[in-house]
Amino acid sequence: MSELFYDAAPNATRVAPPRPTEREYPDKPEEVILFGTCVVDLFFPEAGLDAIRLLEREGIRVHFPEAQSCCGQPAWTTGYAREAREVARAQLDILDAGIPVVVPSGSCAGMFRQHYRELFAEEPDTLKRVESLEARTFELTEFLLKVCKVQWQDAGQPTRIALHTSCSARREMNTHLHARELLGTLGNVERINHDHESECCGFGGTFSVRMPEVSGAMVKDKTRSLMDTGADEMVTADGGCLMNINGSLDKQKQSFRGRHLASFLWERVSGEGAV
Amino acid sequence: MNQRIPVTELTSTFRERATGALADQQLRTNFRTAMDSLMQKRADAFPDEDEREGLRELGNRIKARALSQLPDLLEQLEANLTANGVKVHWAETTEEANQIVHSIIEARQGTQVVKGKSMVSEEMEMNEYLADRGIECLESDMGEYIVQLDHEKPSHIIMPAIHKNRHQVARLFHDKLGVDETDDVDELIQIGRRTLRRKFLEADVGVSGVNFAIAETGTLLLVENEGNGRMSTTAPPVHIAVTGIEKVVQNLRDVVPLLSLLTRSALGQPITTYVNMISSPRKPDELDGPEEVHLVLLDNGRSGAFADAQLRQTLNCIRCGACINHCPVYVRVGGHTYGEVYPGPIGKIITPHMVGLQKVPDHPSASSLCGACGEVCPVKIPIPEMLQRLRQENVKSPAEGPKVKDGGAKYSAKERLIWRVWKTLNTSPALYRLFLWGATRFRKLTPSNVGPWTENHTAPVPARRSLHDLARNHLSGNGSAKGGQ
Repeated sequence: MSELFYDAAPNATRVAPPRPTEREYPDKPEEVILFGTCVVDLFFPEAGLDAIRLLEREGIRVHFPEAQSCCGQPAWTTGYAREAREVARAQLDILDAGIPVVVPSGSCAGMFRQHYRELFAEEPDTLKRVESLEARTFELTEFLLKVCKVQWQDAGQPTRIALHTSCSARREMNTHLHARELLGTLGNVERINHDHESECCGFGGTFSVRMPEVSGAMVKDKTRSLMDTGADEMVTADGGCLMNINGSLDKQKQSFRGRHLASFLWERVSGEGAV
Repeated sequence: MNQRIPVTELTSTFRERATGALADQQLRTNFRTAMDSLMQKRADAFPDEDEREGLRELGNRIKARALSQLPDLLEQLEANLTANGVKVHWAETTEEANQIVHSIIEARQGTQVVKGKSMVSEEMEMNEYLADRGIECLESDMGEYIVQLDHEKPSHIIMPAIHKNRHQVARLFHDKLGVDETDDVDELIQIGRRTLRRKFLEADVGVSGVNFAIAETGTLLLVENEGNGRMSTTAPPVHIAVTGIEKVVQNLRDVVPLLSLLTRSALGQPITTYVNMISSPRKPDELDGPEEVHLVLLDNGRSGAFADAQLRQTLNCIRCGACINHCPVYVRVGGHTYGEVYPGPIGKIITPHMVGLQKVPDHPSASSLCGACGEVCPVKIPIPEMLQRLRQENVKSPAEGPKVKDGGAKYSAKERLIWRVWKTLNTSPALYRLFLWGATRFRKLTPSNVGPWTENHTAPVPARRSLHDLARNHLSGNGSAKGGQ
């Protein structure tokens, strides 16, 4: 930054504003809560189970509160704040135990860490609990990389993959960096960049049904650039994107598929399921 | 230029227009090529991430400070401009703004107007208003000139004719101006230039926009690359500047970082070819410049956004167009799909305040909330947050009193009921588990057609067993399935 700019600014803005600091990570805890997310719960439960296995492999005891459901994001992004708030409150109640919460989906983790405070902006007491949840919430790959500091041996056959990162996960949780770094530790995995990699797959929750024409054009472009990589498969750490991309591939009668990153990682490190 | 159908008479919906645009391969290629290039230019203009983020934060604070004292700054601007000899006019609506402009031209018995690029004049539909009153308005910005020739509206706030490639422009010039068809860009520009040069000398009035109105000195700052802005504001005997009330900043020091943010974010330029700073009409001892300078300050719904602490951030905008260039929706549907003057993310958040949500009911929904816009905004407008808030105002019932002009355009009792059911399901663990059990147990009964979703996807079929089920089994061995409750 040229000094000129800051010197040119009047008093209130004379000083270079502080940049947000990197998140500080705690030591590896003994136990965590897994928040499965509603999409994984119903459509990709194996990915949730693989997340549990990956955590257990690091010697962590995993709790799965039976009362959990959805983070509230679908209603929140559609404009139904009141409904979203009540669902969010229910999750807050069961995640209050004070131990880390690991989420196998960047956008849901982002909901906890960025948007709960907007939902409860007018409830100071709840806001305190939200702050605690914010500090304890980790996206799965972030947790494995930064908190568990995993050291893996790749037990799988050589493979080539493309990585898709959900937009909110990328912008709110830096998930793309964490996933890339984790995949980089796997010796037999070659990650291939795809065209317009950082561009949205077109899901956007209810956007996909409110604007099916535009959303459809976006997911078509995304699936084409994924397939153009010649990779064996696509991996992603977000259930919504996965449902969108796989549903579109299936509709197009393509054999190429995406898989949840948790399942891919578990297969690589456990050697299970490798063909 | 009054053969064009005014935007205000559009009867199609966003989705209908999007469908048409998506089917136009040429259009999609034109936009993709142009936007890819603009994204690269911006990236190249900010090689240092720390510098960029520091500057964006600074830009945000400068605009926030200006807005926090907006009424005072506007009064100061008026006082200083008046002292400099510039006549200041206030317009609450576009109709009032047009009347003011018309009366100034009428007082000079003017018949010809030459315009530098101005989005506010587009907002006013000034060309049509004046044409109906026998006054010819000629656009002098090359892009604006092209869309005016083709009776179109701009499809981008910085590059009005970006939806056309050079072959299409060549054909247009050939058809409309009777010149030989040439694909040579320099030759095309020369053709336009020859027509326009003459007009600058003939025009009675020059109209321009304003990029920054500086309160402390009473200065109007205008950036441009073609020299047409300087010609429009200096050659004709009268100069009328039109701008929105949010363009005022406190002092010249504020302009330095904002200008850098503007030109680098827009076209990746360190600075524009021309930076005009207009402070007064021609003084007695000066040889050139206009005899009269006027500023029309337009509200047109901006004070509505200003009144709301959250939505006020919309007025930070310095009209660089970076959000548009980075938008995955805009790049596919193009600017005309938005049906209003301002397209893309900024259009989605500012237009509702101007024309009301009833007129643009789909604007808040036409986003996947991917966040690319907010990430590049040079003054850090949280655009996804603005969209999200507009969605809330758009689904409110009349009784709930939407806080945005003509809010509640998407209110639906049926949809509200669906979300209430969703809420009940997700706040009652027993019901939720019953739902999981039913959905997995009867997964084969999932309908293959689930509305708009199955236009692009096969229907999602629930897994055989839910994660609740799998986790309970897996964890029961070590007795840790309890947690929380």
